[in-house]
Amino acid sequence: MKRKILSTLVLVSLFLSCDDRLDITPFNTIDSQNAIRTSADVEALLTGAYATLGDGDLYGGNILRDSELLGDDGEIFWGGTFVAPGEIWDKAMLITNDQARETWLESYRTIDIANTVLANLPLVTDDRRSRVEGEARFIRGTIYFELVRTYARTWTDGDPSVNPGVPLKLEPTNLANATTPLTRSSVAQVYSQVIDDLQTAENLLPSKNAYFATTYTASAMLSRVFLMQNNYTEALAKANRVISVGASTGSYSLVPAFGDVFARNATRLANRGSNTNATSEDIFAIQVTEQAGVNNMNTFFDANGRGDIDVESFHLSLYEAADVRRAFFIISGGLRYTRKFTNRFGNVTIIRLAEMYLTRAECNQRLTSSVGDTPLNDINRIRNRAGLANAVSVDLDEILLERRRELAFEGHQLHDLKRTQRSVGALPFDSPNLIFPIPQRETILNPNLTQNEGYQ
Amino acid sequence: MGVFTLPALAQDRSISGKVVGDDGSPLPGVNVLLKGSTNGTVTDAEGSFVLSVPSSGGTLVVSFIGYVTQEVEVGPRSTVQIQLQADVKQLSEVVVVGYGSQLKQDLTGNIARIKGDELTNLPIPSFDQAIQGRAAGVFVEAGNGKLGQGIKVRVRGSSSVSADNQPLYVIDGIPVTQQSQSSTSAATNPLVDINPGDIESIEVLKDASASAIYGSRAANGVVLITTKRGRSGKTAFNVGYMTGFSEPTNKRGFLNTQEYVELFTEANGGLTTGLINRFNRYGAAPATHPAGTPHESWNVPGAPGYVDTNWEDLAFNKDAGINQFDLSANGGTDKTKFFVSGSYSKQKGILVANELERISGRINLDHRANDKLTLGINFSVTNTVNKRLSDDNAFSTPMQIVALSPMTPVIDPRTNLPSGALDLVSGAPNTNFPLYYNPLLDIDFAERTTTVWRNFGGAYAAYNFTDALSVRTEFGYDLLAQNEDNYFGRETARNQQTPNGAGFIASALVFNYTSTTFLRFQKTINESHNLEVIGGVSYQQSNDKYNNASAQQFPSNSFTKITSAASIVSATGQESGFSFMSYFGRANYKFNNKYLLGVSLRADGSSRFGSENRYGVFPAVSAGWILTEESFMSGLGVFEFLKLRASYGTTGNAEIGNFASIGQFGAVPYAGLAGQRPTTLANPELRWERTTQTNVGLDFGFFNNRLTGEFDYYIKNTDDLLINVNLPGTSGYRVQTRNIGSLENRGFEIVINSENLVGALKWSTSFNFARNRNKIINLDGQVIQGSFLSQAREGEPIGIFFGPKYLGVDPANGDALYEIINPDGSKTSTNDYNLATQQKIGDPNPDFIAGLTNNFSFKGIDLSILFQGVFGNQIYNGGGKFMSANGDFFDNQTRDQLRRWRNPGDVTDVPQARLFAGNGVGESSRYMSNGGYLRLRTITLGYSLPAAIISKAKINRARVYVSALNLLTFTDYNGWDPEVNSDTFAGNNVNQGIDFYSAPQPKTITFGINIGF
Repeated sequence: MKRKILSTLVLVSLFLSCDDRLDITPFNTIDSQNAIRTSADVEALLTGAYATLGDGDLYGGNILRDSELLGDDGEIFWGGTFVAPGEIWDKAMLITNDQARETWLESYRTIDIANTVLANLPLVTDDRRSRVEGEARFIRGTIYFELVRTYARTWTDGDPSVNPGVPLKLEPTNLANATTPLTRSSVAQVYSQVIDDLQTAENLLPSKNAYFATTYTASAMLSRVFLMQNNYTEALAKANRVISVGASTGSYSLVPAFGDVFARNATRLANRGSNTNATSEDIFAIQVTEQAGVNNMNTFFDANGRGDIDVESFHLSLYEAADVRRAFFIISGGLRYTRKFTNRFGNVTIIRLAEMYLTRAECNQRLTSSVGDTPLNDINRIRNRAGLANAVSVDLDEILLERRRELAFEGHQLHDLKRTQRSVGALPFDSPNLIFPIPQRETILNPNLTQNEGYQ
Repeated sequence: MGVFTLPALAQDRSISGKVVGDDGSPLPGVNVLLKGSTNGTVTDAEGSFVLSVPSSGGTLVVSFIGYVTQEVEVGPRSTVQIQLQADVKQLSEVVVVGYGSQLKQDLTGNIARIKGDELTNLPIPSFDQAIQGRAAGVFVEAGNGKLGQGIKVRVRGSSSVSADNQPLYVIDGIPVTQQSQSSTSAATNPLVDINPGDIESIEVLKDASASAIYGSRAANGVVLITTKRGRSGKTAFNVGYMTGFSEPTNKRGFLNTQEYVELFTEANGGLTTGLINRFNRYGAAPATHPAGTPHESWNVPGAPGYVDTNWEDLAFNKDAGINQFDLSANGGTDKTKFFVSGSYSKQKGILVANELERISGRINLDHRANDKLTLGINFSVTNTVNKRLSDDNAFSTPMQIVALSPMTPVIDPRTNLPSGALDLVSGAPNTNFPLYYNPLLDIDFAERTTTVWRNFGGAYAAYNFTDALSVRTEFGYDLLAQNEDNYFGRETARNQQTPNGAGFIASALVFNYTSTTFLRFQKTINESHNLEVIGGVSYQQSNDKYNNASAQQFPSNSFTKITSAASIVSATGQESGFSFMSYFGRANYKFNNKYLLGVSLRADGSSRFGSENRYGVFPAVSAGWILTEESFMSGLGVFEFLKLRASYGTTGNAEIGNFASIGQFGAVPYAGLAGQRPTTLANPELRWERTTQTNVGLDFGFFNNRLTGEFDYYIKNTDDLLINVNLPGTSGYRVQTRNIGSLENRGFEIVINSENLVGALKWSTSFNFARNRNKIINLDGQVIQGSFLSQAREGEPIGIFFGPKYLGVDPANGDALYEIINPDGSKTSTNDYNLATQQKIGDPNPDFIAGLTNNFSFKGIDLSILFQGVFGNQIYNGGGKFMSANGDFFDNQTRDQLRRWRNPGDVTDVPQARLFAGNGVGESSRYMSNGGYLRLRTITLGYSLPAAIISKAKINRARVYVSALNLLTFTDYNGWDPEVNSDTFAGNNVNQGIDFYSAPQPKTITFGINIGF
């Protein structure tokens, strides 16, 4: 009898519902339902947004690289085996272009993370909330700016309030909205969102913020946005703010020697938190360490990376003979490579102070003003550092040329040509070939997405 | 409990007897038991026995494996002569099924059974390889000739595109850990830790009625492994020893120095200074040798310094082979029975430095506590040490040695060290000599040791409430602890990309347990209704932990543990797990031994399934009709046995990843800060892949069942395939895993067993043949690209080769040509690879597979021959563009490249040799070839020593044998071996039949002896 009772007990215990034993949650990752509960969780997510912004396909380098490739007319040579960058350099992209797809996907991934941060702001402690919001807005606004000038007609090409931009998604993704087929907002609507995000960030962010976005980072990005719109007054104001106010409260200054801006080891000036990889000229840079991050500018432009992009002698003709920037190249295997990206674990500089001087000079020149300083003085600052004597006078062409010499290969080429309506070789600034296609993957999944001209 | 004694029997007396087989020869080791008692004995070497019996005589029960059990009335006799009849009625076999066993003749499903003795004494690391050719519809493939690597087993085709396609392995009722724990993309095989000698039988459950009781994990079939258990009677010892040697089944052959120089001079358009300097470099010309002047190492055949290295030979081990020692004992009393075994084997692979050493022990105990309660345990421990090699795609893997130039010496005369070990100028290992990293440096200076400790343990208790009703509860666990310890000395710097040594360690710990309880009710009513019902519950949980660390910078090669390293490069600590809660039941009903009906049902809940689909229900029904029991059939006298059967049911595939249904956030670092971000979007509806299988079959027996067979036809429809469905990128996610795809397998199987001769000379034949057609129905419109030209696409079998069709060489100019299919259907050729039409060019799935076993025995001699074949499939050589590239780069070339186009008008299939020009080296059907083969898989000749001789040594049984594995292979395949799927790529279901410097299979000759006493 005892035995029967015992066996019955065994049976009953086993037959009892063990449903809770089926709840095994991931160990290496966590259930998204538990991911955002505290202020620290939201801040960790913000860190994740920077990491994603720094993906190799975005500010880890490829966005900058592709501006140089698509905007190139004989200054560089693509010798790599990857198909996608080759198509970009040839100005003959297919709708299946891998890079067009990856830039799109990683951009919206970053946007979704920023949206999730913004949706969870109430969790953030009061003293941090505006900074967290400012950074998330900066990241979202910046990525939308890159998307709209990559996948849509440029501001000055036709009517931006009619031209399709990119889909605007401002809420976090959940199961209910993941497959919602969004339509492309107009170029003007996207720019308006970009400016709103960046201006909010500018208002909310502190003047110092380790190596994360500051109010001046937002101003600097705004100066780019306004410059893209040929809104010289605003661009001038923002650039001047970074230079004049940022110099005191943000501690930005030009690095004395040109080479040290890109130095591999020494002379890294630790003015932004603890990262010894930064310089006083960095306004925003993607942080790369041996443990995390990637510097795809090194990957593609440096002889010790893949060495896929070498510099043609035509580029050297842009410089005066004494210009130290003319000698800032290294010959390897018979090919010429820029020395700007020699550190595999170096930061990827997104905005540096020299750009602000060049933007201020250009805007003052166009507006015949001298807000902050005269165009001539600003240009001479850049010239002097490059080992050149003062110029006696400057004109707009000279300022634009100086901009090219100083910022070569740093991701400005295509956009500078487009906003100034200069052609790329035989292609006029508004050529459809200078615009990325909407990835085929996306047009298949979302019939509401119209394809760009030339790719239909 | 009081002491009681057996009722005093009438006075005992002693009888003697002899047991012989149907050929009159004595049978040693036969169990002789006095019926109704525990009084028994075993015959000696001469088949004789002595037993005390009651004076009335009583009845003897005489039993021996492979013979029909006989009952003999002793009567007044004092000596008895007993002749046992060989059991040819295989249909009366007992077959292990899920949670029980059944008579084979009562089966309504399809189960292939392999007896343990077919698996022993084979020089293979794991039992799954031994199934090859022995079970209809079970495709087994060792991807290459490395030891201890993952083995691909497909039961009735591939039923999944993205989830696992291996069958479920259940050992003594416990689903074991069968997933590779390897840190590299080349899988290891956890079944290596099981001693094949411990296996009593293997049952492969193929159709739904047989497998559905394993529910959500049975869609790929179930392999039940039953280990040996003790038998009451005198303790029987078995000792076995086997030794043998191995060599590759095939060598491919590469150019010698003269041919190499000729081909590349031609490819280069002449012997330029650059080429001379390159040849000098590969030929290890001394630094003093004037540049631009040909060195004798390659230019002067017969000169003292002339080098002609056959690198391919150096990839193979000169003393490959196996040594194996087995010891087992079984016996016991009526109450307690035991089986214990120990085994040691050491196998040296055909590839240099590849070894597998296994030591294992097992105890299986059964104890009958009283009439109602039986208890038992199983316990086994194994230690396996596998000296592994790098993956097929690594420069350091031995087979990639074939790429080296033949003028490169094995020992560099400038350093007297292996070529590449030292650059005299830099003092560091060479970086541009030889052509590539020399894999022999890995053999000398690197180590990849994987050590596994494996423990299977279990206990059960069975209780008979009544004759009809019993309960069995069992608990079993599988503990797998693995350590990988890799060290790379400084000489490997060119391959490791780190100057002063590198190390990697990883540890994996998997604990997997199952607890099962089920009730069984069995009753025969009025002798005509047989009913068996079982119902139970089972819980399984598995947890695995994995840690690794890699480090660089060691003080010297003497320091090999990463604690000595200056720089820890990376480390990880990970964990995962899953659980299953299952309820199952089965009922079998038999009416008048004629009509059979079976139903089964399993409900599986799993942590892997989404919260909205936690439980899946898997039913199956089956029916059988034994026609020969009908009067109208028995009158015909044609069939001894004839049964029609049919089954229909649903099974699942739960190998969908442990957490695929859960939306997840992962950690991501940025500038030294830890961040997090979403990684996957949830799918609370995610569930198992579902397979619905219909099977109809016919079992038959003729001529006193000397000719028996089975014919089966099946259709397996799998839907709810897991597909990563693309999401709009604007969501921030790329994909969501959903149950959306479908595919189909259909085919037939034929099994024929025949006892051709049953006299003194016995000859039996067993033949199996299977055809399976796989077709993908729905992939959500996607094409899933594998490696090279492998693809999964709708309307085609999984893994077809899809790409340009190679049309040979333009006789006018030596250009490689490819096919263009124009919109109007007409076909033209082009020398522009990019213009070639992408099309289906081949299929790695065989049209059919077959096995043919012939067993002969005469007196003490036995001969067993197994042919096994795979037919109608193609193989893609991913290394073709390097090794058969008509001199496109300096890799040494296969000999067939000698027939390259040279002059206008030449008609050949090898394009003109053009260095760096890519003439014909794009992935295309040029590198695909037919992969069917017929192989003499095993042939064994044995001789059992006559009892008269061995009995003097008190030995019951002594058999010596010589055996050969893979002795002959007949194939059109132009590579090393047609049984191939590169370990680098095999992790993806779409990648099948890919050769990539994959080692051929071993051809092994063994000599062995088995002694029983």
